Amino acid sequence: MNEMIQETLVGWSRSQFALTACYHWLFVPLTLGLAVVMAVMESIYVKTQDEFWKKAAQFWQKIFGINFAIGVATGIILEFEFGTNWSNYSWFVGDIFGAPLAIEGILAFFMEATFIAVMFFGWNKVSQRFHLASTWLTGLGATISAWWILVANTWMQHPVGMAFNPDTVRNEMVDFWAVAFQPMAITKFFHTVSSGWMTGAVFVVGVSCWYLLRGRNKRFALASIRVASVVGLVGILTVMFTGDRAGIQIAQNQPMKLAAAEGLEHGGAGAPFSIVPGIEVPKALSILATHDTEGVVPGIQDLLNGYTDNEGNVHLSADEKIRRGRQAVNAFAEYRKTVNKDSVTAIQARQTFEENQAYFGYGHIEKKEDLVPNITIVYWAFRIMIGFGCLLTLLLCLTLWFERRGTLAQKRWMQHWGVWSIPMVFLAGQAGWVVAEVGRQPWAIQDLMPVGVAVSGISASSVQVTFCLFLALFTILLIAEIRIMCKAIKNFRMED
Amino acid sequence: MTYEFLQQYWWFIVSLLGGILVFLMFVQGANTLIFRLGKDEEERSLIINSTGRKWEFTFTTLVTFGGAFFASFPLFYSTSFGGAYWVWMLILVSFVLQAVAYEFQSKPGNLLGRNAYRRFLVFNGVFGPLLLGTAVGTFFHGAAFTVSKDAMGAFGANPVISQWANAWHGLDAVANPWNVILGIAILFLARVLGALYLLNNIDDAGLRPKLRRQLLIDTLPFLLCFVAFLVHLLIADGFAVSETGEIYVEPYKYLNNLLEMPVVLCLLLLGVVLVLCGTGMTLCRANFHRGIWFSGLGTVLTVLSLLLTVGYNHTAYYPSTADLQSSLTLANSCSSHFTLTAMSWVSLIIPFVLAYIIYAWRMIDKKSLTKQELSQEEHKY
Ligand code: HEM
Repeated sequence: MNEMIQETLVGWSRSQFALTACYHWLFVPLTLGLAVVMAVMESIYVKTQDEFWKKAAQFWQKIFGINFAIGVATGIILEFEFGTNWSNYSWFVGDIFGAPLAIEGILAFFMEATFIAVMFFGWNKVSQRFHLASTWLTGLGATISAWWILVANTWMQHPVGMAFNPDTVRNEMVDFWAVAFQPMAITKFFHTVSSGWMTGAVFVVGVSCWYLLRGRNKRFALASIRVASVVGLVGILTVMFTGDRAGIQIAQNQPMKLAAAEGLEHGGAGAPFSIVPGIEVPKALSILATHDTEGVVPGIQDLLNGYTDNEGNVHLSADEKIRRGRQAVNAFAEYRKTVNKDSVTAIQARQTFEENQAYFGYGHIEKKEDLVPNITIVYWAFRIMIGFGCLLTLLLCLTLWFERRGTLAQKRWMQHWGVWSIPMVFLAGQAGWVVAEVGRQPWAIQDLMPVGVAVSGISASSVQVTFCLFLALFTILLIAEIRIMCKAIKNFRMED
Repeated sequence: MTYEFLQQYWWFIVSLLGGILVFLMFVQGANTLIFRLGKDEEERSLIINSTGRKWEFTFTTLVTFGGAFFASFPLFYSTSFGGAYWVWMLILVSFVLQAVAYEFQSKPGNLLGRNAYRRFLVFNGVFGPLLLGTAVGTFFHGAAFTVSKDAMGAFGANPVISQWANAWHGLDAVANPWNVILGIAILFLARVLGALYLLNNIDDAGLRPKLRRQLLIDTLPFLLCFVAFLVHLLIADGFAVSETGEIYVEPYKYLNNLLEMPVVLCLLLLGVVLVLCGTGMTLCRANFHRGIWFSGLGTVLTVLSLLLTVGYNHTAYYPSTADLQSSLTLANSCSSHFTLTAMSWVSLIIPFVLAYIIYAWRMIDKKSLTKQELSQEEHKY
C-alpha cells in the first residue's frame, strides 16, 4: 500500500515537473533566439543609421517582450520546485546543486532584468551605443542563465566533483571546476543554446513568410529572413556538431539512454542505427557512439545482464548492482545506528558501505526492469528531434539561397513551408528534452538517486491539485500569449 | 576562513537579500493602490507603468533569495519548501500572475481583458507580502516539521528526510496569530513604501495628494502591527542552541540576542528611525518626495537586523514545534565548508551587480514619470 502511494506521488511529481519544464521551454528558446536576431538588427541600425533597421529591431523586441514575460513567469516555479516537490533530492545533493542556481540568479537574472529595462524604456534616454550594449547584454544575461541551469542539469545526468558524507547524509562538493565546466555541460550548453538560436531564427523566418504570403511588409520580411537565416544556419551547424558529441558522451555515461533512444535490445560490435523501425543503417550506431565501425554499443538486455566493453572492462549485471546497492544501504543504516555508540561496528559498517558505495542508488531500486526507461517515447522523440532538424536545415539553406537570388518573394510554396516550420522547431526542442529527461529514468541523479527517493513528503493529492492548477494557468496564459502575438504581428505595418 | 565564519557570512547575505526583497516589495504595495487611487485610465496607467519598470528587480531578488538560500542552507530549502508546500505554492502562483500581467494587460487579444490582469497585480500585491511575512513569522515561532537523516537508510519504507507533522503543509502558520500580525505589518509596510515610491517616481498633480493621504492611512496599521510584533518579540521565549548542538527554549532569547549584539541592536534602531523619518517627513512637508530613500534603506536595515537576531548568537532560526531537536540552526543546515567557500568567492561579484543596477536605473529614472512622457513613450505597459 505504502509503495503504491509512493508511486502515485512520484508519478504526479514527475508530471508536474515535466509540465512546468515543457511550458518553460516553449518560451526560453524563443527568448535566446530572438535576442540574437534583434541585437544583430540593432547593430546594423547603429552602423548604418538607417531608420528601417531601428523599426525592424523594435518590432522583434516587442515580440521578445511578450514572450519574455511568460518565460519569466513559468521559470520561477522551476526554481522552487526542487524544494517543494523534490525535497529529499534538495538535501541529498543541495550542497552541489544549489550553487549553480544561486550563481544563475546573481550573475544572469539581474543582468537580464536591468538591461531589458534599458532596452525597452531607454530609447530616448540613453545614447545609441549604450542602448545597443543593453540589447546585447539582455541576450547575454539569458545565455549565461542557460549556462548555469544546464550545468545543473548536466550534473544530474553525470554527477562529478563530489563525495558522499555519511555523517551529513548528503553528497558534498569537492571540486567546483569539475562541476561548473565538465565537458558534458559544455556540449549540452551549446546544443541547447544553439537550438534556441534556431528556434528564434525559424520563428522570424516563419512570421516573415506569412507577411510575404499576405503581400505585406515585403522589405521588412525579406530583410528579417536574411538576418534570421544566417543566425539559424550558425545555430543548426552548432546543433548538429554538438548533437554528435552528445551522442558519444551519453554512450559513455548513460548507455541505457542511448539504447532506449535506439530501441536497441541486443547490442554488440558494429551496431546498426535505426532510422525508423525496420530500416537500419549497418554499423552506423557504432560509428556515432564510438567513432569506430566495430565499437561495442550495449543494448538494453546487455546492460541488464552485464557485458564487456571495448576496452575489455566487465560491466556488472543489474541484479548484482542492486544486490551491492542493498548492502550499501544496509551498511549505511548500521553505521548511522552505531556511530555514536559502538565504534567497532561503526567502522566495520562504514567499510562495507564504502566498498559498495558506487551502487548506493541501486539499493533503492526494486527490480531490474525498473532500470529501463520508456523506450517508445524516447525512441520516437529522438527521431522527431533529428528528423525535424534535417528538414529545418534544408529550409534555412533554401530561404537564404532564394532570398539572395531575389526570388523568394515569388516562391509561395517556400513561404508556406516557412510558416509551418514554426511548430516544427518547437516540437524538435521539446523532443530533445524528452530524450534527455525520459531517457534517464528512473534516475533523478544518474546511478545515485532514483526519482522514488528524491520526492518530498507530501500527499499525491496535493501534487494533483497543483498540477491541475498549473496546467490550467499555464494553458490560459499560453493561449493569451499566442493571441497577443498574433494580434501584434497582424497589426504591424511597415511600408517599404 | 573558518566554517563558522562562513556560516555567519552566508546568513548575513541571505538576510540582506531578505531585507532588499522587502524593500523592493514597494512594487507590490503600490500595485494594491491601482484601483484605489487610480480613478481614471490615465492614472492607473501611470501607476502600472511606474512599478512596471521595477517589478523585475523584486522578482529577481525573490528568485535569487531562493537560490542563495538553497546554496547556503539547503536543509532549510528542502524542509521548508517541501513541507510548507501550500504557502510557497500560493506565493509562487501570485508571482506568476504578476509576471505576465504587466506585459499582457494593455495588449489587444489578451483573452481575459485588461482589468483581469490588473486584478492579478492587486492579488499579488496583497498576498505576496502578506504570505511572505507570515512565512517569515515561522522563523520566530517555529513550524511543525521533523528531520531524520536516517530515513535514507530505510529500504522500502518512507525515505524522506524532512517531514511535515500535519496535513496543513504550511497553512498551519496562521494558527499562531503573531505570524499573521507580522504578515499584516509587512503588507502595510509594502503599501507605505509603495506610496512613497510613487510620490517620488510620478510627477502628477492629481495623484500626489491622494498618495499622501493614502500614506497616512497605511502608516497607522503598519505601526500598530509592527510595534506590537516587536514588543511581543522582546518578551517572547526563543530557541537557543547549546555548544553541543542541543536546542532548548530560553526566556527572552531575542531580547538577549539584541543586548548581546549591540551592533545589530543599533541597526534595528537606525532602521526603524529611518522608516519613520521617511514617512514622517513626507507627511509633514508638502513638497518632499524623497521619503522612499529613507524608508527604503530603513526597511532593509530593519529586516536585516531582525533576521540576524533570529540566526546569530546560537539561535535556531527555524525552530520545530513538532520535535525541538529537529530545529534548524546555521550549523546543522548549512552547506559544506567547501561549497560555502566557493560561493563566497562568487559573492564578490555582488557589488559589481549592484553598481550596474544603480547606474542603469539612474539612466532611465533621471526624471519622474509624467502623463506627457507616457503618451509619447514607444514602449509602455
Ligand atoms: C540534427 C541532429 C541532432 C542530434 C544528433 C542531436 C542529438 C541530441 C542528443 C544525443 C541529445 C541528448 C543529450 C543528453 O541527453 O544529454 C539531445 C538533446 C537535446 N536536443 Fe538534440 N540533436 C539534434 C538536433 C536537435 C534540434 C534540431 C533541436 C531543436 C531545435 C535539438 C534540441 C535538443 C534539446 C533542447 C535537447 C535537450 C537538452 C540537452 O540534453 O542538450 N536537437 N540532442
